[in-house]
Amino acid sequence: MSDLEAFRSETRDWLETNCPPLMRTPSTGEADICWGGKTFVFQSDDQKLWLERMGARGWTVPTWPKEYGGGGLSKEEAKILASEMRRIKARSPLVSFGIWMLGPALLKFGTHEQKLEHLPKIARGEIRWCQGYSEPNAGSDLAALATKAEDKGDHYIINGQKVWTSYADKADWIFCLVRTDFEASKHTGISFILFDMDQKGVTTKPILLISGNSPFCETFFDDAIALKSNLVGEENKGWTIAKYLLTHERTGISDMGLPTPLNALAVDKLGTKNGEIADKMLRHQIAEHEIDAAAFMFTLERAKDEAKAGGDMGAFSSMLKGYGTELNKDRHELILKVNGSDAFEWEGQFSNNGEIARNWLRTKANSIEGGTTEVQLNIIAKRILNLPA
Amino acid sequence: MALILNEEQQLLKESADGFFAEKAPVSQLRTLRDDKVEDCFSRDLWKEMAEMGFAGILVGEDHGGADFGLVGAGLVAEAMGRNLSASPFHASSVMAAALIEAAGNDQQKSSLLPAIAAGELIATLAIDETGTHDPEGSAMKAVASDTGYKLSGMKTFVQEGGAAGHYIVLARTSGERGDRDGLSLFWVDRRAKGLIVDRSVMTDSRNWAKLTFEGVHVDAGALLGDEGKAMDALDPALDKARVVLAAELLGIAQECLDRTVKYLQERKQFGVLIGSFQGLQHRAAQLFSEIEVTRSAILKALQMGDAGGDFRWFASLAKAKACKTAELATNEAIQMHGGIGMTDEFDIGFFIKRARTIQTLYGDYNYHADRFAHCSGY
Ligand SMILES: Cc1cc2nc3c(=O)[nH]c(=O)nc-3n(C[C@H](O)[C@H](O)[C@H](O)COP(=O)(O)OP(=O)(O)OC[C@H]3O[C@@H](n4cnc5c(N)ncnc54)[C@H](O)[C@@H]3O)c2cc1C
Repeated sequence: MSDLEAFRSETRDWLETNCPPLMRTPSTGEADICWGGKTFVFQSDDQKLWLERMGARGWTVPTWPKEYGGGGLSKEEAKILASEMRRIKARSPLVSFGIWMLGPALLKFGTHEQKLEHLPKIARGEIRWCQGYSEPNAGSDLAALATKAEDKGDHYIINGQKVWTSYADKADWIFCLVRTDFEASKHTGISFILFDMDQKGVTTKPILLISGNSPFCETFFDDAIALKSNLVGEENKGWTIAKYLLTHERTGISDMGLPTPLNALAVDKLGTKNGEIADKMLRHQIAEHEIDAAAFMFTLERAKDEAKAGGDMGAFSSMLKGYGTELNKDRHELILKVNGSDAFEWEGQFSNNGEIARNWLRTKANSIEGGTTEVQLNIIAKRILNLPA
Repeated sequence: MALILNEEQQLLKESADGFFAEKAPVSQLRTLRDDKVEDCFSRDLWKEMAEMGFAGILVGEDHGGADFGLVGAGLVAEAMGRNLSASPFHASSVMAAALIEAAGNDQQKSSLLPAIAAGELIATLAIDETGTHDPEGSAMKAVASDTGYKLSGMKTFVQEGGAAGHYIVLARTSGERGDRDGLSLFWVDRRAKGLIVDRSVMTDSRNWAKLTFEGVHVDAGALLGDEGKAMDALDPALDKARVVLAAELLGIAQECLDRTVKYLQERKQFGVLIGSFQGLQHRAAQLFSEIEVTRSAILKALQMGDAGGDFRWFASLAKAKACKTAELATNEAIQMHGGIGMTDEFDIGFFIKRARTIQTLYGDYNYHADRFAHCSGY
């Protein structure tokens, strides 16, 4: 047996023994996700157990080095782990901005001490992070940000405001873009810094979304303190890190919609006639969508394989982000059509409190958060196609 | 298997790209058209393609082929799409070779495949009878006799039909139009008595023909595969051909994008390069995205074809997506070139003409979207 086959069978056995039953049922949406963090309330004992077991093995972050709390797996092994988890329909033990965005940036730009300090806590789900990028006057034009950080020797004093900060009210720490040089040009005066949200100088104010949920906030800094040891990279060189992190954020957002069932749902809801979905027009629209979705799924696979072979993802992540999020919006429009008027119950048992409608509305943000579709198209035009400014 | 090219495939890609750009650029197709060359391709080019191993790309080494597999065939087709290189590659080296491989007996394989690989024998499939691709809908009759079969009926849209020396003909030995059973494949010599070959001059300036069979007699040995069971061999062979067509469409789409982007970087209006207009930038970026997504579906289907087994779902996915993207790319290319894009003197028009023609060949977008849905269980 090859090493990889041995790894597969060990992994299969371990998952069989250790993945609790409830964690093998599909999650129903954002409310079911395990985000981790100091104040996180587990929805079940199984969820807690699953996080602890996976965290202890570093399998919440399979490819991170062991010394930083990861699983130390090769990309091939991680692929096997993922496929074995899919096989038993295991839920992800932990989803977090730490894993998805900050981790990769720290691994690339952080010092050994910073990695030792922050990464293991991300891996075990002990600290929950939020992303302090956007400001009222710096959205698509992110580099226009004006939150100010003043050098006070061993620390910075931070003043300003962030907005649309997802889960800021639930996060323990923030990775934040601040301006450390107001004289320099837009992109060269920005620094990337980490600090504790649990301090007097930080306040958050939740904002209600059209979905009726409130996953993001306005975040205010009034003399907030950040230790200099938590400055990632050099002062005024934060933009490079910010952009690198965005490529991870974008790739992560791109495949959010794929697992949501569509054609099976349509067969179930609408019935079939001669083996075809009975509603002919919808069948056509679904096929059209599923063709694009399948082709896109293989594009994610190809991008991963290219990255593994040493290719640079770079601006290609903008393509994935733009395409994947538009696809996801389209998918949820079709889910509405399949459900007809049932989709619009907003409260009540029948609809699990408007799950379909709320999820549908939530997808509208996919093509805005992490940089809008228009911004992704700008990036493709400039960085990949070399079109003039 | 990783969804990227391996080293050998990468080398093949580079050599195919270089070969067709040098030996058979779009200007060659223009000359073939303007000079009304009967074959609509260059026999010299075809000879060189055989020497390069392209003609035998799918044929096993035991039969004198290069055995590069479907991924290899796709790479060659993509390069040909970029240059609109005319040759019987798809008809003979892909469609006919795959079908003989799938349906032929040992004796047929060892007599036909080496000749195809050497480029000496040009064969093609005669399948459609109306303007709509519908294999099971074939009605052409093959009536068994003591000495073989008698074929009567019409075939249309036969690629390289005017130049081919042999046809693989789908005809009905039993059953009704629409039945999957009862169809059989026959190997027919172009010189057979009662076979009339009419060259069709088509939009893409390539070689196509209509065939009329007026009681053409073939002997029993002409039967390719089991009588009445043609679809079992035809399905997988057609799927290989469809995915390779998708790859040609991908080449066309990519070339249209590249030429358009270059034009956006050169052409000035309102005192600035038109490529600085965001309205055009976004359309170009969207086209880029569609092409990349299409590329993935095609590579996956090519790989699945090589892996063996049922790959209908992948083949229909690839052909459907390629049709849609090629349609977008060729339309956008003309629009973003403005008036010059409409002129015959400018090459872009050749791309849209070829694209639409092969989008239709062996099933268009709707055909494959429907088949994709069926394969997915709905
Ligand atoms: C659900 C959600 C969660 C989010 N979470 C976070 C978070 O955790 N942390 C964080 O920092 N931010 C977060 N954001 C903010 C997000 O990154 C911004 O909303 C986004 O970058 C767009 O900025 P904006 O809202 O200011 O829109 P604007 O930039 O004002 O855009 C308005 C419109 O103008 C278009 N536009 C702007 N500039 C151009 C241009 N150059 N060319 C063409 N069109 C243009 C945009 O595409 C858009 O359609 C979140 C947003 C949402 C919706």
